[in-house]
Amino acid sequence: MWPLGHLGAESDKGAAVIELENVAYSYGGGELLADVSLSLSPGSFHFLTGPSGSGKTTLLKLCYGALVPTAGQVRLFGQERREMERDDIAMVRRRIGVVHQDCQFLDHLTVSENIALPLAVSGRDLLAEDANLRELTGWVGLKERANALPPELSGGERQRAALARAVIMSPDVVLADEPTGNVDWEMSQRLLRLLIELNRMGKTILIATHDLALIRAAKTHVQARVLRIASRKLQLAGADL
Amino acid sequence: MKLDFSQVTAFLLTDRQSDRVVPPTGFTAWLTLFSAAVMAFLAVFALALSLATGRLADRWGNELARTATVRISAPEGQMDAQTAAALRLLETTVGVERARALTDEEQAALLAPWFGPDLPIEDLPIPRLIEVIETGDGFDADGLRLRLSAEVPGAMLDDHTRWRQPLVRAASRLRLLGWISMILIGGAVGAMITLAANAALAANSQVISVLRLVGAQDVYIARAFVRRFTLRALGGACVGVVLGCGAILLLPRAQIEGGFLTGLGFQGWHWIWPLIIPPLAAGVAFAATRLAAHRSLKELP
Repeated sequence: MWPLGHLGAESDKGAAVIELENVAYSYGGGELLADVSLSLSPGSFHFLTGPSGSGKTTLLKLCYGALVPTAGQVRLFGQERREMERDDIAMVRRRIGVVHQDCQFLDHLTVSENIALPLAVSGRDLLAEDANLRELTGWVGLKERANALPPELSGGERQRAALARAVIMSPDVVLADEPTGNVDWEMSQRLLRLLIELNRMGKTILIATHDLALIRAAKTHVQARVLRIASRKLQLAGADL
Repeated sequence: MKLDFSQVTAFLLTDRQSDRVVPPTGFTAWLTLFSAAVMAFLAVFALALSLATGRLADRWGNELARTATVRISAPEGQMDAQTAAALRLLETTVGVERARALTDEEQAALLAPWFGPDLPIEDLPIPRLIEVIETGDGFDADGLRLRLSAEVPGAMLDDHTRWRQPLVRAASRLRLLGWISMILIGGAVGAMITLAANAALAANSQVISVLRLVGAQDVYIARAFVRRFTLRALGGACVGVVLGCGAILLLPRAQIEGGFLTGLGFQGWHWIWPLIIPPLAAGVAFAATRLAAHRSLKELP
């Protein structure tokens, strides 16, 4: 098994890793989110649901600093988002692994190089991390595809490669936007197991999905909270899921 | 500005990894190389022009300034007497180091380029020329003219300023134009690299957003582009300089008769000058790409 546990979850227990306080966000005219408060504590597992276009992706972007809230406060590892410089954002991204719905890669680099990209951009010694990289590639089941180019991958393989890239830096938080959107049930179960395993290693997980079956499947393995966006507000969904 | 050479070599040699994150581009790379080569080629000529006209201005300004000519136009029988009188007068003039009448052979040699070697010059009523070399302080031209007109009626003093000054002015202006051309060429290289870098940044916006997502700082992303364009400008400029210097070497030698025009080209240690063009081009490309990259990255989320 891939030994990430000793590296992650070193953030001070108790203090929230990502904190949103009365956050609002509006695109041009309309307000998409209003008065949203959220606190992700270390090692927690959250699902984020809501109808299409309700603002799940926007909320995730606020969580990794890609967007600045139009009102309220976002704190990433205790830093106020508005006071962060571009390089501060870059440093925070090394502690937050993001899996996008449409995973984007550098198409001229191999799968293995793409997975190692976060190491490369943060100036780590790639040779020293080679064993780690191989192990991770095996863990997401892409050992045979390591030298393929991203355009040659299937939807499920892309999602797993994106997950591997998101966790190679052993981040404290993993944010996943519809990670099972383009894959079949069996593959979505596999991805879910990978995420649950990361959570057991102490990572904070937030998954945006509208797949209720996936949430039900997860709840049998992990203590997960379900958040729902409805009419611009974020609510804690009941246990009736 | 102090340059840290270990950083420069590290930038040039060991940073291949960051270079790899931007996809290779065949066609536009060649265009950048080509433009840099052309600009360097032109820069070599602008440089040669500046240096050559500089030499010209110096020569006309210094050497010719210290000579003057007295021309004696007199009837056949009086020529020798008036020449002797003029020489005597010149010898006693303050500021004249020495004065010497040109011989018939010397005068014939001066006229040969215009009349051809076969013309019987000795049969023509040609005025006698006296070459006057001034001391460092020079003489009072107006005073000398007055004395000459009183004692040697056929003598005419020409201190060369009449035609020398406009030539020196023209040469200096030409030298200035050469340097302005150099600056303009540098500016054009900067503009060209900025355009190319902006196009590359726009074409690779997806690459940049992926790099941002995985935690790359702006300086890392910019470096990939900066390194690429700096090396292209350097390579292109090297090719252009080699071709430009080759063309200068192949220029026909200036004839002895036309020697006062000086050869267009480099002389002696001036050959070092073209060697600074490639590093200069690389420096301009480095600054232009860095500026373009950081400016366009700031506009991205």
